[in-house]
Amino acid sequence: MLRKLFKFHGGVKPQTNKTQSTTAAIAAVPLPDRLVIPLHQAVGGHPRPLVQPGEHVLKGQRIGGADGNLSSAVHASTSGIVRDVAQAVMPHTSGLTTLSVIIEPDGEDRWCELEKVNYRSTPPDELRDFLRDAGVVGLGGAVFPSYAKLKPGKEGKLKTLVINGAECEPFITCDDMLMRERASDMLKGIVAMRYMLQAEEVLIGIEDNKPEAVASVQAAIRASGETGIEAVAIPTRYPAGGAKQLIRVLTGIEVPHGRRSTDFGVQCFNVGTAFSIFEALEHGRPLISRLVTVAGNVTAPRNYDVLIGTPMDHLVRLAGPRPDTDRYIMGGPMMGVRMPGFDVPVVKATNCVLVGSPALFPAPPPEMPCIRCGECAKACPADLAPFEMYWFSRSKNFGKAQEYHLFDCIECGCCSFVCPSHIPLVDYFRFSKSEIWSREREKESSDGARDRFEFKNFRQEREKQEKAEKLAAKAAATREKVATEGAATPAAADGEAAPKPKPSATDAKRALIEAAMEKARQQKAQVAPKNTDHLAPDVEADIAAIDARRNAAPARAADTPDA
Amino acid sequence: MNNSPFVRKAASVQSVMLQVLLALVPAIAAYVWFFGAGILVQLAIASAAALAGEAAMLAIRGKPKALFLTDLSAVVTAWLIALTFPPIAPWWLTVTGTLLAVVVVKQLYGGLGQNPFNPAMAAFCLMIVAYPALMSQWPAAGQLDFKTQLDLIFGGLRQVDAITGATPLDALRTALRSAASPDSQLHGLRTNQLMDGPAFGLLGGKGSEWIALGYLVGGLWLIRQRIITWHIPAAFCGALFASALLLWGMRPDAFASPLFHLASGGAMLGAFFILTDPVSGATTPRGKLLFAAGAAIFTYVIRSFGAFPDGVAFATLLMNILVPLIDMKTQAPVFGHKKD
Ligand code: SF4
Ligand code: SF4
Repeated sequence: MLRKLFKFHGGVKPQTNKTQSTTAAIAAVPLPDRLVIPLHQAVGGHPRPLVQPGEHVLKGQRIGGADGNLSSAVHASTSGIVRDVAQAVMPHTSGLTTLSVIIEPDGEDRWCELEKVNYRSTPPDELRDFLRDAGVVGLGGAVFPSYAKLKPGKEGKLKTLVINGAECEPFITCDDMLMRERASDMLKGIVAMRYMLQAEEVLIGIEDNKPEAVASVQAAIRASGETGIEAVAIPTRYPAGGAKQLIRVLTGIEVPHGRRSTDFGVQCFNVGTAFSIFEALEHGRPLISRLVTVAGNVTAPRNYDVLIGTPMDHLVRLAGPRPDTDRYIMGGPMMGVRMPGFDVPVVKATNCVLVGSPALFPAPPPEMPCIRCGECAKACPADLAPFEMYWFSRSKNFGKAQEYHLFDCIECGCCSFVCPSHIPLVDYFRFSKSEIWSREREKESSDGARDRFEFKNFRQEREKQEKAEKLAAKAAATREKVATEGAATPAAADGEAAPKPKPSATDAKRALIEAAMEKARQQKAQVAPKNTDHLAPDVEADIAAIDARRNAAPARAADTPDA
Repeated sequence: MNNSPFVRKAASVQSVMLQVLLALVPAIAAYVWFFGAGILVQLAIASAAALAGEAAMLAIRGKPKALFLTDLSAVVTAWLIALTFPPIAPWWLTVTGTLLAVVVVKQLYGGLGQNPFNPAMAAFCLMIVAYPALMSQWPAAGQLDFKTQLDLIFGGLRQVDAITGATPLDALRTALRSAASPDSQLHGLRTNQLMDGPAFGLLGGKGSEWIALGYLVGGLWLIRQRIITWHIPAAFCGALFASALLLWGMRPDAFASPLFHLASGGAMLGAFFILTDPVSGATTPRGKLLFAAGAAIFTYVIRSFGAFPDGVAFATLLMNILVPLIDMKTQAPVFGHKKD
């Protein structure tokens, strides 16, 4: 059966490096000494902690409750003692921390009581709540809560359910191995999703460099006797696994930025997500583990079934990292993010821990000026003109950058990949986006004025206090003088004693400033507009980093006397 | 900071420029074959001048010299100058032109990637305005031996008018103009009769048509290597052919044929190597078509009705001015916003 496939513009063909990690079967990971489970792992609201330090938890027990209308629960990945609920470094380049539950496994790996549902007899709303509380999110890397996408469009049904098994990023093979080893379970998940979405047809898109996976899924479809489900081999070209690109390739539909794909009768899920939906529905197991590829600078690249919260170095040790390892990258070489350390936890978004070394991923050659060769535009799958956006991003002309559709950029990295001048184009775009978000947030919360007002208040108060302090000091000095004059104290002692109150005064000042800034920050957070609510944790971290930088500036200014 | 992507294609400005230089080799070979090795001397002079000028400017501007000298962009400019200037131009003319191109048109505008005008063409235009006589002396194929060429280049001999003539384009235009005048002895002769002289070959100038073929071959290879796209060459050749066909079709006795236009002067060099300069040219596919078609029409008009030996250089500069506008107006619709 030959299906008509469509093309998307641009794309690149990096070396795939996939065979190395597909020679061995998926392996289990021994329990680590501790698990660090960030509460905020998915797009949407921050789940609130449901456990206390010292509490004993069972495997699969909810430890973070979904909060707000878009949020997803988080669970204990094994049984053990909650050692702490505290800030821990999150797997993001910024090195920012996030509220995490730290569990010391008891080694028993004992499940809590699991409840299953029958998806055919459960009302849709309840089913979605169930999946939300099972913590099922998109495992392709976007970590969007799946329940929110399992709603058919306005017409109550969907034309095409697209299942993404393209896995176009080099090195990553976890979806490939999942399809090879767990195709029939995955298929059951897909059937459930099709039911929930009332989808007419299901297309499973797999890049044609994975013939084993295609064959395995096709065999599973045949064995299941299901009709209307088709595994389609698509040409290998990065980023064919981008949701929009895959939808385009399989259906010819282009979903514009900012529109819901259901409006066009399509919805797209990752194969790993389908499998975890199966696990949740069939066994009642929440999302507490996922497949992770360990590849790159290791002697035995392989795929592992990893508990969420497992420190990355614990996992990588199994694959034999080479001595010149200098970094871990979460994700692939095209879109992955460098980790701030080796012991950050595996989270739901971790499809791959790519072990890097200077030899494997050398620093790019020196950046040259743009020669307007247009290579980046030829490679851009979003049909953008990256060099124009680069120009405006560089000059911080963000308005113009947006006119050139900055927000349609999917950050695939194709432009940076091809640029003969070695310009880190996508870095500029990430920066500009976060900068714009951050500014919007600032503007829309209309607290610029309030900030200034508060700062003025605070300064007046500080001045008043300083004056009072000065007066008090003067009075004290006079008193002291009177006292010294009375009792001839050695001058040396006086000199030592005199500067003492000073540092404490500056300390107090600094503390006050910090308190004021913190207050302002909190208020800002409270009135944050809705459009910056639904961002992935890593994007939020980007914005937070910029916020922090910007906040640092006024704080510094406030430090200089009477700025 | 080193962020994703962590892998990159093995591409560099240097390799792009190197391939452009390689693509010029067939034409240079034809040049040497028909006109002698003097052109090699010119290429060397221009390259040396370009690198020296670039090095001096980089030093003044405090830019890393090794990085920018080895990007070969100055050498490409130098070669284009050597190939568009007369092969017997005195050395100082070549040097002045090259320095103008590299120092003023390129570096003073901000260096690599920043120049709004094509440096080689800007230099050509400036020099032809400043030294119209010297820039218009072209020897015929096989006319001068290497020693004479060297003498001419290095100033031993300056009796050029006696031994050199105009370019075939110039010659044909002059002939066509006199053929149109009733007083002339050429009156009434047709184009093909006018082209019967020793200066002409099958399609264009004798010898120079083979150089044009060399540019065509090198240019097609550049398209295959994906250094340039087909848009500019196709639009330029198409529009030049069409404009020439229009007037030639009406008055074949008064205008040169479309094929003559394509095979003569800087048409092929312009189509594949000059207008395709990414820095000063249009970048969007539709923009490239407009840009090149505009350049072709200007070229034709200047060739047919102007006073200069060729029109490609002025046409290029004219279109360079319009590039920002063309680019802005021809941005393609982005993903999801197409109307298909
Ligand atoms: S690929 Fe690089 S040099 Fe070429 S136009 Fe894009 S940004 Fe400029
Ligand atoms: S990163 Fe953005 S601009 Fe660059 S190729 Fe991808 S979508 Fe286009």
